[in-house]
Amino acid sequence: MKGIGVSPGISIGRAFVISKAATTFSGVQLTTNEDIAAGISKFEAAVVSASAEIEAIKMDLNLTLSADELNILEIQVELINDPQIKDDVVEKIETDKKTPGDALLEVIANLVTVFEEMDDEYMSARSADIRDAGARILKYLQNIPPPVIPTFNGDVIIIADDISPSETMTMDLQHVRGFATRAGSKTSHTAIIAKAKGIPAVVACGDDVMMAVEGDLIVLDGATGFIHINPDESALNDYKLKRDALASETEKLKGLKDVPSITTDGVSVHLEVNISGIDDMLLGFENGGEGVGLLRTELLFMNRDSFPTEDEQFEFYKSIALQSKNNPVIVRTIDIGGDKQLSYFNIDAELNPFLGYRAIRICLDRPEIFITQLKAILRASVFGKLKIMFPMIANVQEIRAAKKLLEQAKYELTIQNISFNANIKVGIMIEIPSAAVTADILAKEVDFFSIGTNDLCQYTLAVDRMNEKISHLYDTYNPGVLRLIGNVIEQGAKNNIPVGMCGEVAGDPLATLLLLGMGLKEFSMGPAAIPVIKKIIISNSETKAKQVFSTVMQMDNSTDILAYLRQVTT
Amino acid sequence: MITKDYTILAAQGLHARPATALIRLVKNFKSAVILQKGSKMVKLNSMLNILSMAIKGGETVTIIIEGEDEQEAAIAIDLFFTEQAKEL
Repeated sequence: MKGIGVSPGISIGRAFVISKAATTFSGVQLTTNEDIAAGISKFEAAVVSASAEIEAIKMDLNLTLSADELNILEIQVELINDPQIKDDVVEKIETDKKTPGDALLEVIANLVTVFEEMDDEYMSARSADIRDAGARILKYLQNIPPPVIPTFNGDVIIIADDISPSETMTMDLQHVRGFATRAGSKTSHTAIIAKAKGIPAVVACGDDVMMAVEGDLIVLDGATGFIHINPDESALNDYKLKRDALASETEKLKGLKDVPSITTDGVSVHLEVNISGIDDMLLGFENGGEGVGLLRTELLFMNRDSFPTEDEQFEFYKSIALQSKNNPVIVRTIDIGGDKQLSYFNIDAELNPFLGYRAIRICLDRPEIFITQLKAILRASVFGKLKIMFPMIANVQEIRAAKKLLEQAKYELTIQNISFNANIKVGIMIEIPSAAVTADILAKEVDFFSIGTNDLCQYTLAVDRMNEKISHLYDTYNPGVLRLIGNVIEQGAKNNIPVGMCGEVAGDPLATLLLLGMGLKEFSMGPAAIPVIKKIIISNSETKAKQVFSTVMQMDNSTDILAYLRQVTT
Repeated sequence: MITKDYTILAAQGLHARPATALIRLVKNFKSAVILQKGSKMVKLNSMLNILSMAIKGGETVTIIIEGEDEQEAAIAIDLFFTEQAKEL
């Protein structure tokens, strides 16, 4: 059986099934005006009691609630007291002569359907909040006895239709090893709470999961979403091995967070994170990242119907700068075109979009778009250590043209009397072979390089990385690609400018020693890869890395290179 | 009556958390406050009504305030949309 894995990790435990008493319509019609008035006041009293219940959870000193959990409770309070729900319920009692319980059930059922059908994942997940609020009020209308807080004998995996915030918050989570729910989504409470507490969870498993009965042995993989009820011996053993390996690995890697990334012979390496927003950045820092090697700005431009204004962009860059803990942040100017199109900016269909109108080429052609972004970045530069990076540079003229527009942006801010960091560092992505080959020339124009291996590889090998038919030809360990990377790092050192790498290869553990041997000191990657790469850096020496590099340079094909790297990477 | 347009700065849009804060802010004033997006209009006192408009980041909404303390309410709401909402 498979659901959506929302909180990774493998759990093995006995099922603890929480089944909800079905709430049913009474069908009773109210007859007298007194009944109607009594029904309305009964509903109002239930709302008061339900709110009080939540206030009590909030004040319960025995529960340590996270900010996320408190937010969920605040939202519950608002929904329980929502005037729209109240108006609708009162109307049903008055006009349709329904009992308060029936009226509420109907109103909630309608709302749940409306929200479930919204084509916004977040909004449709809110249907669970509405259902929870309704159930809470209903409890006081139907005099349903308050749910007993379950007590667990040993470690359990909770199986339920969905888990409401009050349930997760009052539950003794110490013995809970996992959650599996019939309903739910990536943004439902179960997902939020499970992730916050580090408990593996799978949601949206469908009706099959409710087949489990109390005491069944459950195996759950929160990364892949697989669930097994009473698995056979061999499957169980496989999962046990996987679980133990995963646990010891995560434990070890977690411990590396504050260990400086220095090789055994004392060479310091900078590990940074590639991000699209604040969440990635904070996760990267949590994993031991010491800066942002690549802030992609495309997300700011996507999913909307016009270009973001200078102010909107400024707010985004400023929020990143403010939360960067004074670590360096490289902001890459917009890289649209190729496979990234904007609905409101029409680019004519091209035969070869990757070789076409994209990135810096658009920016130099449409300076008003570019200058707006540059001004926003410059304004934010007073709030942190921002640097600017231009993508898709092929020659020195493009650098000069881009820098000229940067000067114009600075000039415009100066006459507007707006402060910015006048000495902001300016660098380029090296992702076009001509730039890699002429790194010695380009180095004289900029403050830093960052190697983008994804495009560099596809352009060097003439392999479209979107074309599945030739994906086997897309080969980062091709000796030609490696020589280009080596040249960029060497020329950077000769010209005294720092060289980083923000492509996939920087987060590939097999490449770490080779790159270190080439002299790379700044590796920027997805947040999850940082601990793995750090472990390789701190367990090896630069001397060994240099030997690896020179050995690789004598090999003539990537199959041998990869086999060798697998053998030497420890 | 005071009418003003705001662009939603929070990338996730006007979600439950900022909506809660906004409803509580509006409760402090006597004025009636209306939220308008396109042709849809709702009173700013119901979480359900706000959520049902599914307002996304980058979209523009109109706020209409009417009542004896509309000036004060407008200032507080202005601060909410331009500053506080980003933190939520």
